[in-house]
Amino acid sequence: MRHPLLAVALVAAALAPPAAAQGRSAADGIAEYRKMLADGNPAELFEAKGEALWKQKRGPKNASLERCDLGQGPGVVKGAFVTLPRWFADTQRVQDLESRLLTCIETLQGIPAADIAKTSFGRGEQANMEALVAWISAESRGMRFDLPQSHPQEREMYQLGKRAFFFRGGSHDFSCASCHGEDGKRIRLQDLPDLRSNPGDGIGFAAWPAYRVSSGELWGMQRRLNDCYRQQRFPFPGYASDVTVALGVYMGVNAKGAESIAPSIKR
Amino acid sequence: MQTIPLTLARRAALPAALVAALVAAGCGTSPPSSAALDARAAEMMKTSFRDEGIAKVDRLNQDLANQACSAAQGADLAPELAKRIEAENMKTVKAPSDGRYLGDFKRGETIAQSGRGMTWTDKSAAPAANGGNCYNCHQLSKAEISYGTIGPSLYQYGKLRGVTDPASPASRAIVEYTWGKLYNTRAYSACSNMPRFGHMGLLDEQQLRDLMALLLDPRSPVNQ
Repeated sequence: MRHPLLAVALVAAALAPPAAAQGRSAADGIAEYRKMLADGNPAELFEAKGEALWKQKRGPKNASLERCDLGQGPGVVKGAFVTLPRWFADTQRVQDLESRLLTCIETLQGIPAADIAKTSFGRGEQANMEALVAWISAESRGMRFDLPQSHPQEREMYQLGKRAFFFRGGSHDFSCASCHGEDGKRIRLQDLPDLRSNPGDGIGFAAWPAYRVSSGELWGMQRRLNDCYRQQRFPFPGYASDVTVALGVYMGVNAKGAESIAPSIKR
Repeated sequence: MQTIPLTLARRAALPAALVAALVAAGCGTSPPSSAALDARAAEMMKTSFRDEGIAKVDRLNQDLANQACSAAQGADLAPELAKRIEAENMKTVKAPSDGRYLGDFKRGETIAQSGRGMTWTDKSAAPAANGGNCYNCHQLSKAEISYGTIGPSLYQYGKLRGVTDPASPASRAIVEYTWGKLYNTRAYSACSNMPRFGHMGLLDEQQLRDLMALLLDPRSPVNQ
């Protein structure tokens, strides 16, 4: 699917009148390419699978996820995504969408969270996870991020996330801020969102989960952060580990007011 | 794989009597101090990562520079601290063993184009497997339009600095500076965003020589 789409975009770009091409930045061209792709975002297939999974009785307890509390009360999905990560009374922890789903799947369905966390991205229960985050995030599409910061642990996680964001290490001395700590920068031709503040509607934190055209996969925020750390030349962050949740709080609170377009489509 | 946040779990498990005592003492309402948050963040980093392939958790051990630049969160360091970091890093710079600073600019271009190496999906940490990532952040030759902007443009790097013969005594200072900058950028700028290619063993001497040629050889595409 992805190669024909790319071909269409490239042909369209080649056919564009020279006058229009002049003065247009590469970024404009890429934005146009993304817009064309978005007309048929394959994330929809993952959304449909996720909705079915939510309602399906599964696991040793043969139960659905329809009683899962994502922060808005048991079973309420609409609007939940744009308030995560947040603190949950039952676990006494701040949880992002994926760590919260681990709790729900373990308690309601009896599938051990640790087993899911150990599974490689895109395989088995992790593939189910990606479908679930596609659907749950889609249920908040067009809504604006508004993470709660009323609980002390939510405020603490913001501070810890900020420290993680600026933490330099690895073979290349990189931190998250190396790429995302200044406005208007890019790597090669890829524009980089400045994640120290709200980078705008549908940009940065407000664009994930997303369908990756280059790999034909649906990536949740956990997988996005995992690949950031890979490229940062860091060791491997545990799935739903504290550092990933803390970074979610830092980016999510900074993105307050940004419109979520998730699941979006990326190159 | 780490799924339970140890620090939070431990705090949640504080005996009720102790919690009551803390609350009575006023500790329950005041937010943790900056130093306490620093300690918790350090603990969080330690418990959140694991080894994978060549990327081991010892990569999280910070030297003075990484500690100080992380804590500054993008702000300038105190001048004395910056000077100390720069002096310490300057001591690590090793001149080329045979005294030759410039290699082949064509090979340099290939190294500059490559962004590979040192991730947990790379098999080997040997310099031969690594690229310089240069175009990710810098403009270099005019022909390559796909360049990043995190670092300054290096187009005509040698030409703009008046280097017509890199072997001449007149070019000596800029040649040595450029070698030092590639070898360990923090010798000149304490919190530079650039990797320390020589100091951290990312590129070997010959690769550094080739990048030197890309930047300084008058025939290099960078200097056209």
